[in-house]
Amino acid sequence: MSRVPNPAPAAVGDIAGGAWALELKDLRKNFGKTEIIRGVDLAVRAGERIAVIGPNGAGKSTLFNLISGRLAPTSGEVRLAGRRIDGLRPYEINRLGLSRSFQITNIFPKLSVFENLRCGVLWSLGYRYTFLRFLSRLDDANARAEELMRQVGLEPKHDVLAMNLTYAEQRALEIGVTIAGGAGVILLDEPTAGMSKTETAHFIALIKEVTVGRTLLTVEHDMGVVFGLADKIAVVVYGEVIAFDTPAAVRANPRVQEAYLGSAVADAQGGH
Amino acid sequence: MNTLASGTARPTGYRYGVKPFNATRVLTWGLFALALAVAPLVFRSSLALTMLSQIGYLIIICLSYNMLLGQGGMLSFGHAVYTGLGSFIAIHTMNLAAKGSLPVPLVLIPLVGGLGGMFFAILFGYVSTKKSGTTFAMITLGLGELVASMALMFPTFFGGEGGITTNRVYGTPFLGIPSLTFGPQIQVYYLIAAYCFVCTALMYAFTATPLGRMLNAVRDNPERVEFIGYNTQRVRYTAFIIAGFFAGIGGGLATINFEIVNAADSLNGIRSGGYLLFTFLGGATYFFGPIIGAVLLVFASILLSELTKAWLLYLGLIFLFMVMFAPGGVASLIMTNLRVARFGRFGPFWALYAGLAVTGALTAAGAAALVEMIYHRQLNAALGPELHFLGLSLDTSSATSWVLAAALLAVGGFLLEQVRRRFVRAWGHAQEQIEAEIQRRLRHRGGADAGVAP
Repeated sequence: MSRVPNPAPAAVGDIAGGAWALELKDLRKNFGKTEIIRGVDLAVRAGERIAVIGPNGAGKSTLFNLISGRLAPTSGEVRLAGRRIDGLRPYEINRLGLSRSFQITNIFPKLSVFENLRCGVLWSLGYRYTFLRFLSRLDDANARAEELMRQVGLEPKHDVLAMNLTYAEQRALEIGVTIAGGAGVILLDEPTAGMSKTETAHFIALIKEVTVGRTLLTVEHDMGVVFGLADKIAVVVYGEVIAFDTPAAVRANPRVQEAYLGSAVADAQGGH
Repeated sequence: MNTLASGTARPTGYRYGVKPFNATRVLTWGLFALALAVAPLVFRSSLALTMLSQIGYLIIICLSYNMLLGQGGMLSFGHAVYTGLGSFIAIHTMNLAAKGSLPVPLVLIPLVGGLGGMFFAILFGYVSTKKSGTTFAMITLGLGELVASMALMFPTFFGGEGGITTNRVYGTPFLGIPSLTFGPQIQVYYLIAAYCFVCTALMYAFTATPLGRMLNAVRDNPERVEFIGYNTQRVRYTAFIIAGFFAGIGGGLATINFEIVNAADSLNGIRSGGYLLFTFLGGATYFFGPIIGAVLLVFASILLSELTKAWLLYLGLIFLFMVMFAPGGVASLIMTNLRVARFGRFGPFWALYAGLAVTGALTAAGAAALVEMIYHRQLNAALGPELHFLGLSLDTSSATSWVLAAALLAVGGFLLEQVRRRFVRAWGHAQEQIEAEIQRRLRHRGGADAGVAP
């Protein structure tokens, strides 16, 4: 029950010669007879920042749920750094180096900011289920949690219970908990949902900063943000990826314009 | 932890939550040890010694129960299974040791009970902790009833209706001192007290370990825990096994105390419900809450039951009022009032509490007089219409007694409600001011600690 050193997460850092950090192959999910995800193929290189866009109900969150193990796919494959992870439990996938945040803030409300972050780092540092060591003596875990707290700008809120934070602070904490374990692939589900323009800009800068060197997939509605943040954009419409390319190419893609982008840009300009 | 720390220049360790040793902690635990040591010297009657002994092992049991309820959010209806089966393992071990078949001295019997409780927690917990929430509660309820009824089917092990008896005086005296046989109750008390102290310290230490903290995380948001690498079932299961171990130690001590274990009342849902009820009354949200709960449990079951036949009814009413008005239990009442006092806002509450006490006492007296008269007419009618209550003689055949009691209840209740409303207003006001004060301090000092975290 003492500390067990973990193998380094497989998906961290560069992956040499053509290997993918994350790969989806003909991924499908049905709820009853309804097909929600209808054969998604996607391959993401290590270190790439991918924005997943698409109209409401297109299946973006379901896609994230399939990748992160919250839902099991009906068929198809999910590979993390070459290793199949479809059908694994969320904690198993997390241990292999994939971490996610949630659309609706999902933190530990009755624990302090510091405790939230420390919970996030414990497994990756190999402390597992131990009850034979004091948390206060885990120097590496405490130092890492402190560092995360500085990174997400919550240092002054060290002992504040998560439920007493403002909404924007809770979203920042959510990001902190998500990156805490050092996963190489990060999935963020609408990280800026419900934020003002100013908050969003500030927040995107934060996300860029804390995900340096990691592979990032994020669902995002604000087109300005998407084009500023992403190396590539995946457009999901009705359970399929209809385009996956650089922002400029996606913007020029007539199929995307027809299916989605025009109206979304109009929405965004309309002061959404 | 009431004062604002200046900046970040604090000793390392403090910042990271529970620090194993510091002056306050040493003092607190020193006082706890002192209280355990001198209690039987202060309260010298044999009744007091009986009560203290029971309080000692019930503290262990209620704390172990709160590992599930308060720390893990697991509402178990079957905790008596682990104390009870621990008791049976302990009593058979004692009887075997007395025959010379097993070399286990009496001082280690509680540990044997603990291992017994742990064994069955490994067995049953494997099933129950696969689920959480309502399903977990239902499984524990089912398992509890299953074990309780099965126990009566195996009389060779469980002793049937009569139970199993033992004699705690066996083998060589402890440490070779001839008088240390654990025959006298005072010696048993100190054995219980020693276990109580060590187990309480260990369970407190557990709250400051990675597993202890992840157990809180699983309680608050199990889904999120799965996405930071932890298997929630394994967290719950491990905690359940540890709780079973301490429950079994409590069961083993109870065996030594009573020298008898009876399947009919040591394993059943009523016993489990008692642990649940008093852990809740004491306060599940604070570590020390169950300690208060254990004290209340003994006072209720020994003193209140002596005082009146209607004690279970009163207990039910108290439970009802606590759930409605103070769901955090006694511990939470203490801590929230201390918080108000710390922020210097307790002033107006002296008078309000006095008002609540007086009007509450009037209401309770009226209600109790009615209850006692009804009980008397139903159960003791043969003894005549006279009833002695609170030093008064009530005539249950005269309308005057009934009218007076009802009037007392009505007037007391009316006044109580008036005071309660004022109290609620003042309380809300004080809380608002405190919140504002905390916000102000956070803004002005960038203060990390404003007494916000528990």
